[in-house]
Amino acid sequence: MATRRHFFIGSVIAACLSWALLTGTPASYAQEPSDSTAVDTTTAPAPIPPAPPSNVQATDTPNDNGHAIGVVWDLSADDIRGRNNVLMYEVLRTPKMEGPFPVDEVPADDPSYRIFASNAYGEAGWRFTSGEWDTVGQVPSGATSLENRGGKIRDSRDFIPDYVDFQYRVIAVTAEGGRASSPTTPPVHSRGHLFHLDRILHIGFPAVLYTVLILGFIGAAQRGRKLYIRPLAGIDAVDEAIGRATEMNRPILYVLGLGAADEIATIASFSILSRVAKKVAEHRTELLVPCYDAVVMSVAQETVKQAYLDAGRPDDYNEDIVYFVTQDQFPYVAAVNGTMLRRQTATNFYLGVFYAESLILAETGSLAGSIQISGTDRVTQIPFFVVACDYTLIGEELYAASAYLGREPKLLGTLKAQDWFKVCLLAVLGLGVVGAAFNVDWILAIFRMSL
Amino acid sequence: MKRQLPIIIIFILGVFMVFQYHIPHETSEFFYEFIALDWPPIIGMFALTLGIISLVRVSITRVRQRQDNWQYSIVTLVALTTIMAAGFIDTRGADAPPVRWMFDNMIIPVSSTMFSLLAFFIASAAYRAFRARSVLATILLVSAVIVMLRFFPLGPLTDPESELSRWILTVPNLAAKRAIIIGVGLGIVSTALKVVLGIERSFLGRD
Repeated sequence: MATRRHFFIGSVIAACLSWALLTGTPASYAQEPSDSTAVDTTTAPAPIPPAPPSNVQATDTPNDNGHAIGVVWDLSADDIRGRNNVLMYEVLRTPKMEGPFPVDEVPADDPSYRIFASNAYGEAGWRFTSGEWDTVGQVPSGATSLENRGGKIRDSRDFIPDYVDFQYRVIAVTAEGGRASSPTTPPVHSRGHLFHLDRILHIGFPAVLYTVLILGFIGAAQRGRKLYIRPLAGIDAVDEAIGRATEMNRPILYVLGLGAADEIATIASFSILSRVAKKVAEHRTELLVPCYDAVVMSVAQETVKQAYLDAGRPDDYNEDIVYFVTQDQFPYVAAVNGTMLRRQTATNFYLGVFYAESLILAETGSLAGSIQISGTDRVTQIPFFVVACDYTLIGEELYAASAYLGREPKLLGTLKAQDWFKVCLLAVLGLGVVGAAFNVDWILAIFRMSL
Repeated sequence: MKRQLPIIIIFILGVFMVFQYHIPHETSEFFYEFIALDWPPIIGMFALTLGIISLVRVSITRVRQRQDNWQYSIVTLVALTTIMAAGFIDTRGADAPPVRWMFDNMIIPVSSTMFSLLAFFIASAAYRAFRARSVLATILLVSAVIVMLRFFPLGPLTDPESELSRWILTVPNLAAKRAIIIGVGLGIVSTALKVVLGIERSFLGRD
């Protein structure tokens, strides 16, 4: 009986094997490696963690308005050196709050955070959960610092409250997923600083020196000292250009550019407009000042009005001299170009802030046969003006033009101070070149700044 | 007092802004945002009303006096009133379909047309600039050709990796640009000081 049973079982096994062999059974053969793979996965050794970063320090970021903490560390022994398998560093942060805080709200859509109504410092409205570690940044291997800068608005997701303690950890991560954490840093909090020391040293101090130079030269000029100012062709041509317009009985066009009234180039242009308008009033020539900005128009109206008054011709002034066109770049250009071509302006001034419209304006004026004097502080537009205009005030010459036209000692003194300050800057630049060329640390340290 | 008051305000605010720049504290930032960021748009809105009044007045004067090309002023007035009326009728303002239609089908094509003129003006300006009438103009021409060859698709003549072109852009060109920028920076500080200290007051109307 038993023999027959064994025979039956053996026959079934043999039949199965025969069927498997006859049908090729790739699945059967494939199954084994797949199983073995699964076994391999479950039994694979955990990735080898790298050496953790060391000497992790978190400090409040200096010279700022608060809401930022800087974290620095020494590289893991396996970063660049050792096994050289560190892929990146993750910086984690946890608030160290000494509650309990009354919980105002747990948002239904994101219960992972809580909004605290108040803390020990009486501030309110941010969301942190004590004991939870948040990743605040990742940096690639080789990096040794990260600034955890947050927003200052309490409703923002990245808000970092001042005077609330945080602790940090830095984790070295390998490509295989190995992780090694540094010890937790002592608690640190951010705060707003009263003075920006870098700005005071690198900007404030030179500005004071510059102011002293200006006041010194103004004093010298007022005491009667002769100050030589090199002639500027563009400024010398102003009288000629106004005279030409008078002789031809054609209007003068003055374009203040696309800048707002608070831009220094526009303010410089107001000063030049004042002096040009005074000469125009004396010659009783027509002046046209189409404006792009309504605030600029208001200031320009007052400037021209006063210039006519100073010239002793208040009756010649009318409010249509300075008028608003549009606050849209190319429609403004179309209007000004149309004015040039219809009115056949004898002289065009383009002084102020200009963008892509500079060449369109200047080329149209050139085609109309006008004398053109331009000036802007936009480096990218200067070549267009140089090509298309008769005279161009390059960069700083725009700011100097008012002093040239006025010839007042006080204003000439500022130009002289400007030149001497450039000499000082050249000396500093020379020092920097020496420092960089010969790698002199103390010189290079002077130039290191964080503005 | 009419002249003294603006000078006093300029001095106080100018000095405040100098100190504010060196004080990063939040309180200092609050005043900066309040004075420098919040006020200009408010003033701008009032000034825009003055601007529109100015535009209307100038246009009406031209039409009344039948000045040259007075017809264009009628077009200006009609366009101004139409787009304003469309904005008032449909309270969605700039998103109102009539306003949007006029913007998409009139303002944008006209603006694009003006902008496209730039291509032709650049060609004519380049022709004038590159005429080799002197040594300096010849140097300019040669430099420009070298730089242009870097970008123009002219087959074997084009060399995007041209070291000479890169040198022209990063050494002499950049040096000149930086010199201008430094000069502009000093000029800005100088002008700002003149305005804050009341030395330059011609823009207020009197020397």
